[in-house]
Amino acid sequence: MCSLALFPPPLPSGQTTLCESNNELLSGASTEDRLKQESSPLSLHFPRESLKLHSRTESSSKAAFLDHSETLWMRSAAAWRDGGFTGLLNEITNSHTEVPKWLSMSSGCILALLRWVSSFHGSLFPHLTLSSEDMIAEFSQVLNWSDCVVRAFAWHPHTDKFAVALLDDSIKIYNPKSATTPTLKHRLQRSVAAVQWKPLCASALAVACQNCLLVWHVDPCSLSTRPSSGCAQVLSHPGHSPVTSIAWSPSGSLLLSASPMDSTMMVWDVAAESCVPLQRVGGGGVSFLSWSPDGSHVLASTPSALFRVWETRMWTCERWPCVKGRCQSGCWSPDGSRLLFTVQGEMVIYALTFTDAPGQLSHSGPQAAAVVADLSETTFSTPDGDIVVGGEIQSLVWDPRGERLAVLLKGDPQAADRPAIIAVFKTRANPIFELLPCGFVQGEAGAEPRLMQFHPNFQHGALLTVCWSNGRITHVPFYFVSAGVPHFGLSGSPLLPHPQQRPADFVNQSQHHHL
Amino acid sequence: MLPPITLVFVIISKFSFLHPIQTISGHDVKIGIFSFILLCGVILIVGFLHLEYYTVIPTIACSKIALLGQLLHPRHFINSLVHCFMGVIVAWCCAVTMGLRYETLGYPCTESDGHPQMCLNEYHLILLLAGAFVGFSHSLLGVIYNMNYVSFHTVQQYKYLRFKRCLPLVVKCSATQALYSVRNYIVMYLFLGYIPRAWICKTLNLHLDSSVHPLDSIAGLLDLSLLYHLWSSATFLLLTWNITLLLFRIFVTEVYSFPVQSSFTEDSHQCLPKVLTEKQPMILKFLALQDLALLSQHSPSRRCEVFSLSQPGGHPHNWNAISKECLSLLTDLTQRLVAYHDTVATNGRAKSLSSGKDLMSPRPVFLMKTPASVFARSVAGTPQSPLTSLFTPDLDSPFASPALRRLTAPVDQCSPWYGTVQSPHIMRRAPKLWSTSTGEVEFQKSNISFSTHRSSNIQVLSNEVVKNFLAKRVLIMYLFNKLPEASSQALFADSQAHIWALEGLSYLVQASFSEDQFGVVQTTLPSILSCMLVLQEAVDRHFKLPHASSKPVRSTSSMGDSTYKTLRFALRATLKTAIYRITTTFGDHLNAVQISAEHRKRLQQFLEYKE
Repeated sequence: MCSLALFPPPLPSGQTTLCESNNELLSGASTEDRLKQESSPLSLHFPRESLKLHSRTESSSKAAFLDHSETLWMRSAAAWRDGGFTGLLNEITNSHTEVPKWLSMSSGCILALLRWVSSFHGSLFPHLTLSSEDMIAEFSQVLNWSDCVVRAFAWHPHTDKFAVALLDDSIKIYNPKSATTPTLKHRLQRSVAAVQWKPLCASALAVACQNCLLVWHVDPCSLSTRPSSGCAQVLSHPGHSPVTSIAWSPSGSLLLSASPMDSTMMVWDVAAESCVPLQRVGGGGVSFLSWSPDGSHVLASTPSALFRVWETRMWTCERWPCVKGRCQSGCWSPDGSRLLFTVQGEMVIYALTFTDAPGQLSHSGPQAAAVVADLSETTFSTPDGDIVVGGEIQSLVWDPRGERLAVLLKGDPQAADRPAIIAVFKTRANPIFELLPCGFVQGEAGAEPRLMQFHPNFQHGALLTVCWSNGRITHVPFYFVSAGVPHFGLSGSPLLPHPQQRPADFVNQSQHHHL
Repeated sequence: MLPPITLVFVIISKFSFLHPIQTISGHDVKIGIFSFILLCGVILIVGFLHLEYYTVIPTIACSKIALLGQLLHPRHFINSLVHCFMGVIVAWCCAVTMGLRYETLGYPCTESDGHPQMCLNEYHLILLLAGAFVGFSHSLLGVIYNMNYVSFHTVQQYKYLRFKRCLPLVVKCSATQALYSVRNYIVMYLFLGYIPRAWICKTLNLHLDSSVHPLDSIAGLLDLSLLYHLWSSATFLLLTWNITLLLFRIFVTEVYSFPVQSSFTEDSHQCLPKVLTEKQPMILKFLALQDLALLSQHSPSRRCEVFSLSQPGGHPHNWNAISKECLSLLTDLTQRLVAYHDTVATNGRAKSLSSGKDLMSPRPVFLMKTPASVFARSVAGTPQSPLTSLFTPDLDSPFASPALRRLTAPVDQCSPWYGTVQSPHIMRRAPKLWSTSTGEVEFQKSNISFSTHRSSNIQVLSNEVVKNFLAKRVLIMYLFNKLPEASSQALFADSQAHIWALEGLSYLVQASFSEDQFGVVQTTLPSILSCMLVLQEAVDRHFKLPHASSKPVRSTSSMGDSTYKTLRFALRATLKTAIYRITTTFGDHLNAVQISAEHRKRLQQFLEYKE
């Protein structure tokens, strides 16, 4: 089992991690390398000041208009439309001058009863009492989501383009081969929690928003910088908000969405805009989804100490109760046979192995999860003083070849000597599965990592994209020759490496090391 | 097919037991059992009707008149009658179970002069008629909403789970549908209730009790308990039928795994390649295609059988049969799309106008009588009889030349008669114009001016005839106007088959990259690619037509399945994904495949992810 004590010490402040080459992480002093990094078109910087933020929320615009009185019927109908049954009851209770006394009294009583029941329900599942913004922040894979300039990031699975969701609820699409960067804005696109490109498609981008799911169709050949909102499909289901996690099936046919408020997981047929709810009792919602690259399993974690592994052929599931807390994050090995996950409140990484053919999960699945890495706090002494690294884990990502595992450690925002940091492991599947230390990835002084993702088909190893708290997006390449080209499962071959596309941009970031 | 159906009935019969409408309190057990047996019989018949009438390809009416024709079709008419009759039986069972005042049709009463006789129990009658009405309206709605259409699901689930998921929806649908039909029924009974009552009294020699208030009055119908009982029995009726329908759908669409090849020759007709090529039971073909799509995704061992060679001879018979059938399906769709596009492109908007202009013919009565034939004629756009052609500046037929079109343009401006009379406002304005003789003369003049050879046909029309046909025109216009996007829906009505064919082919081709030992797929790869690309082009062109890409309104609260409305979008998405699946798997190797230059160019777009 690997622990942080085996890691090389973190860099002194002022140094940034540039790349991995010849089996070690190389760093550089920030000034000249930053220039180099900024010269590459894919390294972006979004200063917080440049974003136009909403000064007031949508609901507050009501106050700007004159109040005009409608009849009780109109108001009741509007309340029914906007707020459902509770809204109607509220309206009746509040307009006690116009309705008979018994009606307002009885609706007040029903309302109180409903509130009591919902508070009881809320005490069972405490997360239900959160506001939707807080809930997204709580369950997002992004560290400190509400304060983040870059709220979501997604590489296209086949080409070198990516989508960035920003704090001002817009999404920008960057493509090194085209001069236009389309900006996507939509009335319903609020509090973006996740974005993901549809596999086996050039244009479709799914966006998890506060009240709905949006699927944008951004024509890659179009020169328009502001695609109209007609390019977006709106998928919504009553009670299914806020959406915090989405996952496309690797074959590109289905889209899964999950909300911590809703115990059903939706399977969308996006073209037909129809959905099949998959419901299981217990858990109080679904907070995080991850589809295995071979398409056979889906990890669905709930806000309580329980997660499920669905088998995608007949959509049956296996329950995995945790001891301590909810499953915070998880990732699959490229062949879909191994699942790594972390549990809130614990400082270890667990592994589950699925050896059997898909469809027979329940018969011979794994019996218990094994601990593969220990990330408890370790003190390193650096020239700047002691630094404590370790603790709880925010998210896990595994590169598409299954050779590098990046772990985002939460750290402690209050204490200066406990920064959030990315620890990278080398992974080895043969003869036994194990994690080996690789090193820490650090950015400029004062910037903490918020979000990370591996490039889906980088030719020379792995490419980790990190979004920092200061609005910078950088790419850290890991150059290595993989021991054996991973053999993908059949349905996983959308992820087959793509020979002809070698982005020159990534190489020039670190060419002076690559001699 | 039989075992699942019987299972349906077993489950259903259990269900009818579990649904006591009201508490059966202390009354005859014999009648209870009898009514239960009757209910089972009714459900058997309903199940049989579903079996008889179900379809995997929905029939889509392109205009209101076609829908009307469908409704009046003898087949559906018989269906409606049977439903009506069964509604009466179920209502009788309900009446017996409810007991109290609903139990019998007649009851002894004494007339004012003290003479004992049998009187009519109107409560019983109203319940029976309600059953008939609900049954009839159920079958009517079934035709309108394509309730006999069985759709397949994209997500496979076990039958029990699927049933559990759909059950609340069915209960909700039944309750609301019952509410609406009871409302309609009450209104109808209020006005027409005396007819069946008098008829029953006459035939059964029953008398009306003068002391009891008649029910076809507002006061009589505003009886809350009566309304509640009507509603609950209607809900019960619809619930049992809808659950039968639901179970039927679930069992019919269950995945069936066909063997790819059999070692015994007598079983060979059950093998996948054989079943795929058969035309007739459409459901079998669909199930086979579904199985193909699933096997190509999920089971390597069965894929292996597809790629295998025949033992003596070494021919890839399985693959050849499967790929040939799939390709022929896709080519068929391509041809259909191209043909449709050609007709639309040549006629342009004129075609839809011509169907509108038929309505101006002064023979509406005749039109009403033979809707089907006229409908066909209007679509074909053939020249009409002289009387008709007087009013139709047919832009598509004989006068389609551009010169004449220019000629007609000023005429359009001077009289609202010409051109596109589509909005009812203009039609309502029209009689004023016609009632004055000057208008008529003016019209005739203008008519002569641009088509002198027609002038001989002009007859003096009396105001009477004109008014007559104008009054009917609004209705006919309404009936004949094409429903938007219906033709597009009709084109893609059976696209589920094409979707599976695309999925199956693309997954098999993808798998062949690593699994196909003998290279059997490589020989057909060029034809598969070109077929998909041609289809892609045709689909792209189709979606540029008006109405083709407009989304249908989503209706959730009905038992009818509206999946067929979005099939064309699903097909478009699947097609693109299928091509990408192949290009992503093969990458640059595709440059070695022999296809035409045009297709290669298209393929390059896909290789660069620019589609």
